[in-house]
Amino acid sequence: MESKFNARYLAIRYGFLALLAGLLIFFSIFANGFAGPRSAVFIFQSVAITGILALGVTCTLVVDGFDLSIGSVATSSLMLSAYMLVILEQNAFVAVVVCLIMGAFVGFLNGILIVRMKVPDLLATLGMMFLLIGLQRVPTEGRSISTGMRLPSGEVAEGVFSTSFLWIGRHRFDFFLEKLIPVSVLIFLGVAFLVWLFLELTRHGRLMYAIGSNERAASLAGTNVNFYKILAYMISGVTASIGGILLSARLGRGDIASGNNLLLDSVAAALIGFAVLGAAKPNALGTAIGALFVGVLLQGLTMMNAPYYTQDFVKGGVLVIALVFTFALTARSHK
Amino acid sequence: MKKITCKIRKIEKSFGSNKVLKSIDLDLEAGKVAVLMGANGAGKSTLVKILCGVHQADSGSIELFDQAFKPQKPVDAFKEGVVTVHQSINDGVVPDLDVASNLMLDRLTEKEFGLFINQKVLKINAKAIAETMGISINVETPVSELGVADRQLIAIARAMARKPKVLILDEPTSSLSSAEADQLFTVLEKLRKMNVAILYISHRMSDIRRIADNIITMRDGKISGQFSEKPLDYEAAVTAMIGHKMTEVDVETVSKGEIILEFKNVKLEPESSNINLTINKNEVVAITGLLGSGKSQLASILYGISKPSQGSIFLNGKRLENTSPQEAIKDGIHMSPKDRASNAIFQSFNIESNLTVPFTKNYSWLSFLRFKLLAEVAKTKIKDIGIVCQSEFDNIETLSGGNQQKVIVGRWLLQSCKLLILDEPFQGVDIKARRDIGKYIRESAGERATLVFVSELDEALEIADRVLVMHEKSFVGEHQNKNIDLEKILIEISGQVSTNSKNWNANGI
Repeated sequence: MESKFNARYLAIRYGFLALLAGLLIFFSIFANGFAGPRSAVFIFQSVAITGILALGVTCTLVVDGFDLSIGSVATSSLMLSAYMLVILEQNAFVAVVVCLIMGAFVGFLNGILIVRMKVPDLLATLGMMFLLIGLQRVPTEGRSISTGMRLPSGEVAEGVFSTSFLWIGRHRFDFFLEKLIPVSVLIFLGVAFLVWLFLELTRHGRLMYAIGSNERAASLAGTNVNFYKILAYMISGVTASIGGILLSARLGRGDIASGNNLLLDSVAAALIGFAVLGAAKPNALGTAIGALFVGVLLQGLTMMNAPYYTQDFVKGGVLVIALVFTFALTARSHK
Repeated sequence: MKKITCKIRKIEKSFGSNKVLKSIDLDLEAGKVAVLMGANGAGKSTLVKILCGVHQADSGSIELFDQAFKPQKPVDAFKEGVVTVHQSINDGVVPDLDVASNLMLDRLTEKEFGLFINQKVLKINAKAIAETMGISINVETPVSELGVADRQLIAIARAMARKPKVLILDEPTSSLSSAEADQLFTVLEKLRKMNVAILYISHRMSDIRRIADNIITMRDGKISGQFSEKPLDYEAAVTAMIGHKMTEVDVETVSKGEIILEFKNVKLEPESSNINLTINKNEVVAITGLLGSGKSQLASILYGISKPSQGSIFLNGKRLENTSPQEAIKDGIHMSPKDRASNAIFQSFNIESNLTVPFTKNYSWLSFLRFKLLAEVAKTKIKDIGIVCQSEFDNIETLSGGNQQKVIVGRWLLQSCKLLILDEPFQGVDIKARRDIGKYIRESAGERATLVFVSELDEALEIADRVLVMHEKSFVGEHQNKNIDLEKILIEISGQVSTNSKNWNANGI
């Protein structure tokens, strides 16, 4: 192997972070109002939900799986929390717990489909995705849920989004400035920290990476492959339901049309994460930075008056560049 | 009269600052089999890759029939008639296609072949190729349904379809049984008569004895010896390859301890004969036999992956009832599986992580990995087995095959066990690493029973106190490793001994 500190090594390891720094400097100079704490928090807030989902996908990518159902788990969680609060008139705590259990259960089902029924991961979670998209529309006959809505039975729903539930989505903590940091941002950072801790510092994380690298060898080394695979999908399901709860608490109603972009955005963030620090593998830190990267870019462009319809194009561009970083550069350096 | 097909002169190649080939001069004669020997890392693969167009030489020249030959990519090489069969079997076949399409694959890529495939013509041509190779498989069978050995033969047959002038075979017999290897050698005989120059890379002495017209040895990127005078001096060749004289490794057989493992009337298959067998503490027992003789099946039964047809196995007097590797490890059975690339190596992990995978629990606190302890443990093991590396954080892929194998064997010696099983621990391992591993296994054998499954007799004799021979799912011989009767073992391995007895007992002699 060549010297560790040659140009390609530096490019692979720090190229993407340098690009991020460059963007920050560029927008700070040219986009009026970009540099500043409020703008920074806004970026964090805009990527919080996507980022949380992306961290879940990262766990499934680590075991060489894939979870296509996260977007629909999140929207199901959104609808389920609204249903619990508005129609069943439960309190915020019950609504949150029920949503988390639903996420874990869907993840468990995905896991069982994959390890026991041997359905390929993409197909199993694709099926689950369709199932949930359909299921979440059934109880309300396809309508959004809000206080005062007329139920299929003819009654009027009297429950409300309690203030404690809305607090999750709308409260901002004081941090030097008054009302600066929203709850969702703290939850995003918290989930990122926990997933990082789990994947990088615990033996369970290492065994999950082992499964992703060589499943057979992991099994012959005494690893309970099925357990860890199911666990990965359950983590993914739970993080997706957290995302859904945050979305619901932010919107304050069970909006049937929300969360369309969640799946693709979060998968993109997780894949962009491969390029951070030249990891070339799914990792929590990379995923969080990947999500932020997209947020910075969109925020900056918006402030420079780029039209909204260019957003997906920009995201796609970032993803392709990140993938080139990951695969072309690292693959060549291994030769 | 000598007819030189391929003349290699002063080939040099470096990767970065690492000089891999240093002024290689080599002639390949038409109709001769040149065996290329060398320890892992000697430069064999790089030389082959230059010949087949994967790498380009930094300087020097290659002539093919007195014409300059400078392949820029693999396609160039085989259009000129230099054809290579690589060691990794699945590089040579497309599993989803049938045998006929596989055999004709290279024709399909040619423009002259036309747009549409004439299935009839395809099959006729494929059959013709299969016949010259003596392959009796139906050409309509999908390759995915074939075993490893058949795939290998097809990969080789595919190379034949290209009508090679120079044929390079990289360890072609490493996954073949002797009957299948025989088939290959028959084909090589034919090619020899057709004046093809053959470069044959192998570690197997038995193959080399059988096929070599001349032997070329490489060491440290240089040709360290060429032997062409008959009879070939094999010992000198091995000496030239490893740099010091190959001494017969003398095994000091040891006195054995209490019984660790006991087989009582075990049958691998309903029709096979009963196995009664005891393995003791402190002894190393090698089980040898051909591919398919039941060695791997026995290993997988002990490791909880499969079950015997009948009978029971006892470990320290307790009946073995494990149903997964996980449970087997808990019972104190450790197994290093064969074929490390697909069964043992974690490519994206470093040496430390590869070593410690099965025992992360022992090196963590409340599930949190204790990184300092892990590094220490890895360092100690690296020193003990002599793994050549920069540090314990090197990626496993940067190591040579022999050193990778040391990591895999070392993995199972991190924690003590009652029974250590090593399935083909010397597969694709150079002689130096093989000696290191063998020595370490014997040194550490005191507190456990050790079972080693090998198909090479030399390897068994190097490591074992006792050698057992398997044939067709049954045991057919037992030998103490002292003044051993080689001829008798060879007869037993090849199955020329009567196995009428319905019972077989080996409880040490």
